[in-house]
Amino acid sequence: MTPTAAEIFVVLVWGFAATATLSAVMYGAQRLGYSRLSIPFLVGTLFTGERSSAQALGVVFYLMGGWLFAFIYYFIFSAIGRTGWEIGLLIGAVHGAVLLVMLLPLLPYVHPRMASEYEGPSRVRRLQPPGFLGLNYGYRTPLTTIVAHALYGLILGARLTLT
Amino acid sequence: MKDDAASAFPEIGDYAVLGNCRTAALVSRSGAVEWMCLPTFSDRSIFAAILDRGAGHFAVRPTGEHRIRRRYLPGTNVLETTFETPTGTLRLTDSLVLPVAGSGELHPQHELLRRVECVTGAADVEVSFAPRPDYGRVCPRYARRGKLGWQIVGCPYGATLMSDIELGHDRPGGRLHGTAKLSAGDMRWLSFAYDESEVSVIPPLGADAEERLQATIGWWEQWSARCTYDGPHKEEVLRSALALKLLTSATSGAVLAAPTTSLPEVAGGPRNWDYRYCWIRDSALVLHAFLSLGFTEEAEGFLEWLLHATRLTWQRFQVMYDLYGETKLDEYELPHLSGYRGAKPVRVGNAAHGQLQLDIYGELMQTVVRYVDAGGDLDDVECSMLCGVGRQLLKLWRLPDQGIWETRREPRFHTFSKAMCWVALDRLRDLSKRFPMPIDRARLDQACTDIRAEIEERGYNEKVASYVGYFGGEEADASLLLLARYGYCKPGDARMESTYRYIARTLGDNGLIRRYPDDTRYDGITAPENAFAPCNFWAAEYLANAGHDTEARALFERLAGYANDVGLYAEEFGARTGKPIGNFPQAFTHVSLISAATALFREKTA
Repeated sequence: MTPTAAEIFVVLVWGFAATATLSAVMYGAQRLGYSRLSIPFLVGTLFTGERSSAQALGVVFYLMGGWLFAFIYYFIFSAIGRTGWEIGLLIGAVHGAVLLVMLLPLLPYVHPRMASEYEGPSRVRRLQPPGFLGLNYGYRTPLTTIVAHALYGLILGARLTLT
Repeated sequence: MKDDAASAFPEIGDYAVLGNCRTAALVSRSGAVEWMCLPTFSDRSIFAAILDRGAGHFAVRPTGEHRIRRRYLPGTNVLETTFETPTGTLRLTDSLVLPVAGSGELHPQHELLRRVECVTGAADVEVSFAPRPDYGRVCPRYARRGKLGWQIVGCPYGATLMSDIELGHDRPGGRLHGTAKLSAGDMRWLSFAYDESEVSVIPPLGADAEERLQATIGWWEQWSARCTYDGPHKEEVLRSALALKLLTSATSGAVLAAPTTSLPEVAGGPRNWDYRYCWIRDSALVLHAFLSLGFTEEAEGFLEWLLHATRLTWQRFQVMYDLYGETKLDEYELPHLSGYRGAKPVRVGNAAHGQLQLDIYGELMQTVVRYVDAGGDLDDVECSMLCGVGRQLLKLWRLPDQGIWETRREPRFHTFSKAMCWVALDRLRDLSKRFPMPIDRARLDQACTDIRAEIEERGYNEKVASYVGYFGGEEADASLLLLARYGYCKPGDARMESTYRYIARTLGDNGLIRRYPDDTRYDGITAPENAFAPCNFWAAEYLANAGHDTEARALFERLAGYANDVGLYAEEFGARTGKPIGNFPQAFTHVSLISAATALFREKTA
């Protein structure tokens, strides 16, 4: 199950393409007013309270995360012994759902700059928490998040091959 | 408290403006924010009660009877309104927060911060928060977020209200509403935070809010301290500079004509225009105002915007652009809004953007020369661009145009436009001697000679002994007061002196000057005009430049008295009352005040 150098290269290239697509969909949703969820911004503000630095840092970490997840997808494809856009799309959708249902609700407890509805904002903790399914960031947030991640999975499923 | 949706429209002069150099808010004397667009000056409104009583407001004020006093904190754009009630005194301090760079704290994109405190006795305060996004089309829902305040839902951006005063949802009124009894020493905060497309940032109240308010006050005070003007009427000049800074986009350097749309030039309309754009015409006076007061950074930023944001239309200029140089400013009406005191239509966009107005070339070249005179430099690209403009103007100057007043009738040969073409080519001639410019100087010389000959022959009417509004006409036009200002002639020239007298005699009404006769359909609109405020400051400036100091000073003093209670001017003065009329506050009026004060009290400007 250890990938060859050629496979690693393919995962990196298509991992980048899939991450770019995911980012484009999420960013497009922001600009069109569908959702204010910005994962790069949330990641960047883990490290700094300066908005511009947070954005830049967030994008870098997000890209690295995209590559990391591309390898995780590769191992999942390897584990189940097949690839294809349909299975990729399904895994991506599940990935998006897990993010919404399990990871976002955890954020207020682990993010150093996220405020809580119980304690109110403070000098440091000022970011609005995402709420159930990220709905605080717009009622279309679940839809755009799942679609973006499904596309991420679809690209990887369609382009990664197993030897 | 009466619901703002049902109360009467205040006078235009009853408003004060808040700003953070990215957007602005108009606050009425009674403590209601009645105009605010987000995320920038030119975007859709969230509060627009100034144009329709049901189109959104954010009011904080005492219940019951009260008297009102207002002021800006000295050297700032932070507004303080004092309400004296029979039982106590409340003080409301309003600001659009300026985030401190490098503080390491997250700030929302915009924050409207309001502090209400009881100074003496006790009094009840009432809050009514009724945002109506998209020019009043949307009545949003509200979601309580525990200690994170109220979130406005049903709009595509993040907007929250934090309040120390307990608010409840008044469902029939579509608003949040609450009251509190304050005793001497009590203080409450309200913070409206906005983020366009990011996760919302919710700033805390209390001591943190106080810090943000003090930082904002400190920022404005520091900015004001850079003002080098130290003559008479310093307060008025500084207030004008502060208004101008407030209307200067921090992100592009552009200076907005006014933060409002469709405040009528005449009661009931239809002279209602959208002024939330940047006019090339204002450029020379804006740059002069910044440079003469020592604000070189703002002057450089503005020139950069002028030369680069307008590249989309080089070499033929558009009359106006948006903050970022966008050229498509299509005009449309908002029929669902009643308009200010019924003045319909309410317009968004400005159809005048496509007009040919030749005077803007003169203002542009004058701006560049003023910048160079102050030590600025031009690179090769800019020189080449200016030559292109010159070549374009050599082709255009013989055409009729809509003129400085943007008349909506057939084009005419406006005398002021022709004179400004002369100014443009003359200034280019000057620049070509100082910078390597690939332009035929002999053609410039010939064009200047031809233009002057035309003006002197057809733009001057011997019968009335005055330059006139358009070739062959008899009507005066107050724009001609600027001929000396732009160096077309000397202030003391006989023809200029007699032109001033003709303008004062035929356009003067109750001591104020209109821009053109209002009984001749001069501009193609039959409604009467009030007195265009900048023209009156031009008159004072002309008199000062011509050496008629006593007359100039008397006029300036009188005009200074027409500012509203916090020192702001609109586009026009009411012909009979002198009250502010039209879009408000108006950058062009404030730069004209600065220019007149400079000519009167520091150095001649012609």
